[in-house]
Formats: sequence, C-alpha cells, structure tokens
Amino acid sequence: MKRVLTTPLENVEALRAGDEVAISGVIYTARDAAHQRLVKLIAEGKPLPFDPKGAIIYYVGPSPAKPGEAIGSAGPTTSMRMDGLTIPLLQQGIKGMIGKGGRSSVVIEAMKEHGAVYFAAIGGAAALIAQSIKEVEAIAYPDLGAEAVHRMVVEDFPVIVAIDSQGNNLYEQGVAKYRDWRAEGAE
Amino acid sequence: MNLRVIQYADIVAQIKELCLDANCNLPEDVWEALVKAQADEASPLGQNVLETILQNAQIAKEKRMPLCQDTGMVVVFAEVGQDVHIQGGLLSEAVDEGVRQAYKEGYFRMSVVKDPLERANTKDNTPAVLHVSLVAGDQLRLIVAPKGFGSENMSALKMLKPAEGVQGIKDFVVKTVSEAGGNPCPPIVIGVGIGGTVEKAALLAKRAVLREIGSTNPKPHLAELEAELLELVNLTGVGPQGFGGTQTALALFVETYPTHIAGLPVAVNINCHVARHVEATL
Repeated sequence: MKRVLTTPLENVEALRAGDEVAISGVIYTARDAAHQRLVKLIAEGKPLPFDPKGAIIYYVGPSPAKPGEAIGSAGPTTSMRMDGLTIPLLQQGIKGMIGKGGRSSVVIEAMKEHGAVYFAAIGGAAALIAQSIKEVEAIAYPDLGAEAVHRMVVEDFPVIVAIDSQGNNLYEQGVAKYRDWRAEGAE
Repeated sequence: MNLRVIQYADIVAQIKELCLDANCNLPEDVWEALVKAQADEASPLGQNVLETILQNAQIAKEKRMPLCQDTGMVVVFAEVGQDVHIQGGLLSEAVDEGVRQAYKEGYFRMSVVKDPLERANTKDNTPAVLHVSLVAGDQLRLIVAPKGFGSENMSALKMLKPAEGVQGIKDFVVKTVSEAGGNPCPPIVIGVGIGGTVEKAALLAKRAVLREIGSTNPKPHLAELEAELLELVNLTGVGPQGFGGTQTALALFVETYPTHIAGLPVAVNINCHVARHVEATL
C-alpha cells in the first residue's frame, strides 16, 4: 500500500496526490524564523547550512526531548505561513516539503516548474510522528530554539502526498469529491 | 458571613496538574467522538487519518508525551465563588506559576512571546489568558484549555446586520470552516458565540468550544441551530485534515447573550481534534 521513499529525493514525478508514503533518510527542519534567514542567505549568494539538492524541509517546531529521547512530540505546523519564503528554496533544488494545510497557487506553480512535491504529515499526531524520528541535531540558528534548523534521521516517517509535482491538489480534489456528499448519497 | 479560604499554593498545584493532564491525555468525550467519526467517515484516506489520530492519543498517554507539539497558550476560566477568600497571593500569579511548573516538568513547548511585535519568547509559556467570573458559592472552578494556534488562527468574528439573521450566521460559519480547510487540523470542534458586544461574542465562542461533546444548548431553538450548523459544516467536504471527507467537525456549540437592537455579533472559535479541556473544583 504505502510507497517507500528515501532521501535525497529523485524522480518525484511518479508521486500522485493522495498517495500514502513512508520516508526514510535525512530531512531538515525550518519554520518561519529559519525560513527568513535561509532566504536571506540565498539573496546574499551565501551557501545554505545543508545541501539543498533533493532535500526535504519539514515545517516543525518540536516540543523538547525528555532525557534519553531523540525528540519530543513533533507534528507539522501550518505551511501557508512559509508560502512567501518557499520559491527561493525550490530554486536551490529542494524537492520536498512536509507540513499541513494548503499552499498558495504561486507556490504550486513553482513546484510544477521545479519538479517538487508537498507532503502533508497528520497535524496533531505529534507523539506518533516522533516515533519515526531517530536522530536530531541542530545544524544552524540554535538561538531559535525549537525553530532552529535541525537535521533529522527518520525511518518510515508517515506522510501523504498533498500536492504533487504536476499540481494535483488533494485539498481541492478531495474536498470537491465529498462536498454536499449527503445530497449525492455518497455515504 | 464566613469566607472559605483557598490557599494560593493549592491553586498553583491544581493548575499544574490540569496542564500536565490536558496536554498528554485526550479527554474521554473527544476520544469517543473520534471513534464515532472513524466509523462514520466515508473517505478511506479519512478513515486512515482518524486511525492515526487515535493511535497518537494512545502513544501520548503511554509515554506521557504531549498529544501535539503545539502545547498552546493556556486559557483558563476561573469561576470564583463570592464566598471564597484566596490567601497567600494573587489568583493570576497562581495560575501563571502552575503553568510555569507544568510546562517545565512536562517537557512542553514554550510557545508564548512577551510582546506581539518584538516576539521574544517568555521561555516559561506564561502568561496564561485568564478569564475570571464571580459566581455564587464558596468554591473555585478552574477550566484549563491549552490552545494551539493552528486552529486559533482560523477563528473569525463578524458584526452581522440583524436582518441577516440565522441565514447570515450559517453562511459565516460555513465560510469560516471552508476557508480554514486543513489548517486547523480537522475534524474540529467549533464554538459559536452570538450576541453581546464584540468582546462578549469572542468570549462566548471560546467558552462554547470547551463544552463537553454530547452536550446541547438548553434552549431548544439554539440546540436546533447547533445541529443544523454541524450538519452544514460536515457537508463542506473538508474532512479529516482537509483531505476531503464527511467528518469535518466532531461537535459544534452555540452560546448566546443579549445584544443591541442594531447588532448581531457572531464569533467562531475553532479547536483542533486535540480538543484539550480539563477542569477541577477546589
């Protein structure tokens, strides 16, 4: 059932909106404040703190790890807050983003242009998601605390393809399918 | 008249316990509503999402981990009996101290910034948002709800014209939920506050969203409105996580207050499926 993906991502063209996927490998975290700094680095022509080619960025601000644990609860945050800061990262070769909720039409167009895919992790399933995160290391901006850029080693990290590299959008197609479902006897 | 004394330290301990409990243990009413939603959901993907959400609650409980990494800004409703005397410190400071201790001990995320524009983190998740009301009696009722902002950000308020009436309310609630889509982590719980003034409507909506699932407004016409609004919201097709489906909201609660002849304020407060709400009475 589930498709298995390893990082760095290649050939995301085969993924389709609605596919359930398990990701293994390395992903990088960044949310609002880190995005602003990453985009500033790109504008200044400086290197990013990680290799962007085929990389996946996870929009997350985890809760702190208890002693002996790799991480605390770690579910996705709302992706649309990153919409205005996403395109420079796609231009650098980012192939995947993980978050929750829809994306702007501008971001979707850029995803099509650069062959990138947007995955949804299940918002609020943060304790379950944390079980698939094996190692965590802050690699940039430790002053941002939970919002620092972290390198995460993940195994079978559960996501769903929300918007694929052709622009198919689960948030539109799925909702259209069930809108006024009672009238159509869809139950 | 004799005043009943409640100690500052006892309030601190109670708030701490409620915060620790709320963030790691899904309330029973929410669990049952999610189980029912999973059984009723028409979308296979939606069913899988709901299964994952239920598994998450079990893992959080067993490992004493937060259900969601957004352990929220803590909202507290304190109903203080008029015959209560709080000794040893201020109620607001007791609430904040309880939050401070719980968020450190529970390894919860500190999500509060001191100034909304300068945005430096307070690093102890204080202050809480405290709503105090004076009531009859000699007890102190504390309702604690750590409120995540994925859902709080999707809440909305509108000053309708009286002539827009019930239809205007329906349109506004459905529009708010549809536009929110997957952002507030559906299936959601919805509080609708109608009437009063601008701040009263918002407060009614917040109080409504914390009601027990399964409860209905005691006024028949409002209970009917709750059922109609819930039906409409579930026809939007938003579904679990916004991926499409029949289970967009677990519950919808309406609270009202008298209002001005010229106005019809309506506030919609949205809570995610991690609909944390706990309470205790001292």
